[in-house]
Amino acid sequence: MPPSYPVKDNTAENRLFLKRIVAAFIVITLLTSGLIVRLVYLQIVGHEHYASMAKENSVKIIPLVPSRGIIYDRNGKVLAENTPSYSLELIPEQINNMDDTLERLQKTLAIPNEKIELYQKLRKRQKRFASTPLLVNMNDDELAKFAVVRPFFPGVDIQTHLIRHYPYGDLAAHVIGYVGRINEAELKELPVTEYRGSTHVGKIGIERSYETQLHGKTGYAEIETNVQARSLNTLAETAPESGASLYLTLDIDLQKTAYDALEDYNGAVVAIDIKTGGVLVFVSRPGFDPNPFVVGISNDAYQALQASENQPLYNRALRGLYPPGSTIKPFVALAGLEYDAISAQQKLFCPGYYQLPGVSHKYRDWRKGGHGSVNMNEAITQSCDVYFYRLAATLGIDHLYTFLHKFGFGEKTGIDLVSEKSGLLPSREWKQAQKKQAWYPGETLITGIGQGYHQVTPLQLARATATLANKGKIVMPFLVNKIVTAHATQPGPHPAPAVIPLKEDNVSKVIDAMINVVHSQRGTAKRVGLGINYQIAGKTGTAQVFNIKQNAKYNEHSIDFKLRDHALFIAFAPADDPKIAVAVIAENGGHGGSVAAPIAAKVIKQFLKNAH
Amino acid sequence: MKSETRSEHFDPPSLIGTLLRKLHIDIPLFVGLCLTALLSFIILYSAGGQDMATLMRQAARVGLAFALMTALAHINPYQFKRYSAILFGMGVFLLITVLVMGQIGKGAQRWLDLGGFRFQPSEMIKITTPMMIAWYLAEHALPPKTKQLFIATILILIPTLLIAKQPDLGTALLVASSGAGVLFFAGLSWRFIIAIAATLTALTPIIWHFMRGYQRDRVLTFLNPEADPLGRGYHIIQSKIAIGSGGIYGKGWLGSTQSELDFLPESSTDFIFAVFAEEFGLFGCLGLLVLYLLIIARCLYIASQAQDTYNRLLASSLAFTFFVYVFVNIGMVIGILPVVGVPLPLISYGGTSIVTLLAGFGILMSIHTHKKRLSR
Repeated sequence: MPPSYPVKDNTAENRLFLKRIVAAFIVITLLTSGLIVRLVYLQIVGHEHYASMAKENSVKIIPLVPSRGIIYDRNGKVLAENTPSYSLELIPEQINNMDDTLERLQKTLAIPNEKIELYQKLRKRQKRFASTPLLVNMNDDELAKFAVVRPFFPGVDIQTHLIRHYPYGDLAAHVIGYVGRINEAELKELPVTEYRGSTHVGKIGIERSYETQLHGKTGYAEIETNVQARSLNTLAETAPESGASLYLTLDIDLQKTAYDALEDYNGAVVAIDIKTGGVLVFVSRPGFDPNPFVVGISNDAYQALQASENQPLYNRALRGLYPPGSTIKPFVALAGLEYDAISAQQKLFCPGYYQLPGVSHKYRDWRKGGHGSVNMNEAITQSCDVYFYRLAATLGIDHLYTFLHKFGFGEKTGIDLVSEKSGLLPSREWKQAQKKQAWYPGETLITGIGQGYHQVTPLQLARATATLANKGKIVMPFLVNKIVTAHATQPGPHPAPAVIPLKEDNVSKVIDAMINVVHSQRGTAKRVGLGINYQIAGKTGTAQVFNIKQNAKYNEHSIDFKLRDHALFIAFAPADDPKIAVAVIAENGGHGGSVAAPIAAKVIKQFLKNAH
Repeated sequence: MKSETRSEHFDPPSLIGTLLRKLHIDIPLFVGLCLTALLSFIILYSAGGQDMATLMRQAARVGLAFALMTALAHINPYQFKRYSAILFGMGVFLLITVLVMGQIGKGAQRWLDLGGFRFQPSEMIKITTPMMIAWYLAEHALPPKTKQLFIATILILIPTLLIAKQPDLGTALLVASSGAGVLFFAGLSWRFIIAIAATLTALTPIIWHFMRGYQRDRVLTFLNPEADPLGRGYHIIQSKIAIGSGGIYGKGWLGSTQSELDFLPESSTDFIFAVFAEEFGLFGCLGLLVLYLLIIARCLYIASQAQDTYNRLLASSLAFTFFVYVFVNIGMVIGILPVVGVPLPLISYGGTSIVTLLAGFGILMSIHTHKKRLSR
């Protein structure tokens, strides 16, 4: 045989191609015959079987939606429940004259034109035998009016549905969250079988993070229907399993106290039960009413919430980022003692400012004349900035970062809520990576007084405070205490705590100073420690919203309210056997001692009064 | 010889015939497509709940698709050949763009937004892939050598995998078969074909491993639909009931109870054949299959009469892909193939697939109506 060269042989190619065309046609015919065989099997052999299945007229399988689990606070008060809602529904095929019926209904119930138009649109997309709502969420007046004329409206009836209701409205919307209609994106994510029939799903808060438990298990009923698809009777039924009830660690009365105490300030209050980590108060103010979201909030109302300058939809306690200000000082002081960078007795002189060697920039103290010579206790009590500039300079940013990181700064607390922010604890590596710049010594100083890059969430601050009060035993915050189903009671997911190794003597020294903040004459929060038979340990803080130029004077009366400093306060009590830790941030509140501390004190006093 | 010449000069006496020929329209194919489109309107009216608006939307799409077909039929097939590689390259580039944009947008995305109208690169690649493979193989002597087979396989795999990643398994399957079709018609040896089939069978566990959860579900459902009658098996069970209850003569037009009562999901799109089978019965189904077979036969005839290798390969592969469409869709609706998202060609509701399909027929008509008159 001669070697084959890649030369085109048109005749051979043509013959080969025609053979292939024939082969292809044979294959296609064979496969089509396969389809036909199957069709014959279905339509002739199986016809009777399938026809009876179709005519069983048919056994329609309908989902039985489970009722959603109830959410309670720690004292068993209902935070989220299912309440009946009434809607006026029409079945088009049972109505002889639709236009006339709608006109008469409109007169009787004073229905606005838009709703009639909306119904007309909705009707076109539904089957004629389907019950289609004209009015939803009817009030008593409407119900009564319709009840009288009901006999004159065949095919029109009141239907009852359960809808989610949040009795406390805006008080705890950020914690509890809300349910809303399942949207397209969620439809793809959710398990099809389980959500067949469900209309709502948890969108934020506990409703979202415990969606699986709250939803329950969908049941099914086999319903015999006639040719018009009207139900005749139920053949078999698998009952749905209600969703689990959740018992939160939240104390809704305490929550109200904290919410009210914030008055008109935007801000957040977080209180943690130190012994367990259970979150007692989780306030983000302003709140919003979650109830409209359940039935579908109107676009205008939603836009108004979005556009509001106070950002009510923003969960400040979970996602708000604030400089910790002077509330960081007890932690920095403890770092100084733990690293042996300073002794508690050692006095440092505060002339009212601090300068780095060879740099003209003056790092100022909040008190213009300075605090004179102060030891650690006095520095914390009076919140001396210069003492902490110097201590931070001695410690260096690496030690500061390592130590503060142990208290959970710069990372999520892992609370059982979604979309928590992790805040920011600056380090040399972070700055190099993010800003492509080396770390400057001046930045160490301001980190020492909680300014600069450092950003915390109120929840983080509360957790760090609780951990300090707990002498280094890390407190892990959580909201769900018990998950109760028909069969069992399980505890919520409580992470196992770890311990920061600390010298007890060092911790005591810092706590003593924090007691002085509230209970000594020179303390920055001395007014709130009166009239109680236990001691509160605390620390005030003021977080700068904007930078004051060198040599300029900060005058809180002369500047715009929105640029005023944030007021912060962290505290725990009783100081000798800590039970509750609180962090308060009042945006643009000015002074931590006068604005934030009284809020924390109210929460602490109410909690400890009830605890006794 | 003489008879062949006569068939070349097949002359419909009417004015319309002359006009259609002037438009480079192949009359038998055109008639077949029109009949199918008509059938589509009839069945859509029933399956879509007798909604005139749905029908009008579909009619607009079909009109647009026919216009595109006519336009393409006008172009000399030499131009298709010339731009094959460029068009293929563009298609692959757009597929990558869509994939990258989808990843940035965090979600499956299949289309590019071209100022208000959406363009799916995966549709364009359904045609440009066989164009590319046909162009590449036509450059060499046939049947293709191992090296050419290797390169052609790679060329097919690139768009296939990009589309499978979207993830759009149905389209990936169609693109792969359009390329494989070219290889088959180019004379890929039977030994190779058997070897590939054996390898694919052996690779099944590996493919299984790479499948996504919902894709596995579909296969499992296909194997045992009764296991999950409310979830994934629902489609198949309901469509079998619809088809089976249709019997030999069907329940008559608008007589489908299964889709009327909403037992049959996706009754206007991928599962429209079930409605058709329920209303028109076995006879209707046979009629539809014969119509499809006639269209395919005409396309294969056009391929056999084509004068150059590129045209032959492209035409035959387009005909083959059309059959794959029909087979996969009907196969899945009657429960002999797993559910993949492939519409019933020319009949299912939706615009993207019909535009691409008629573009393919436009190319076939161009091939058939632009033949050089050879003096024999």
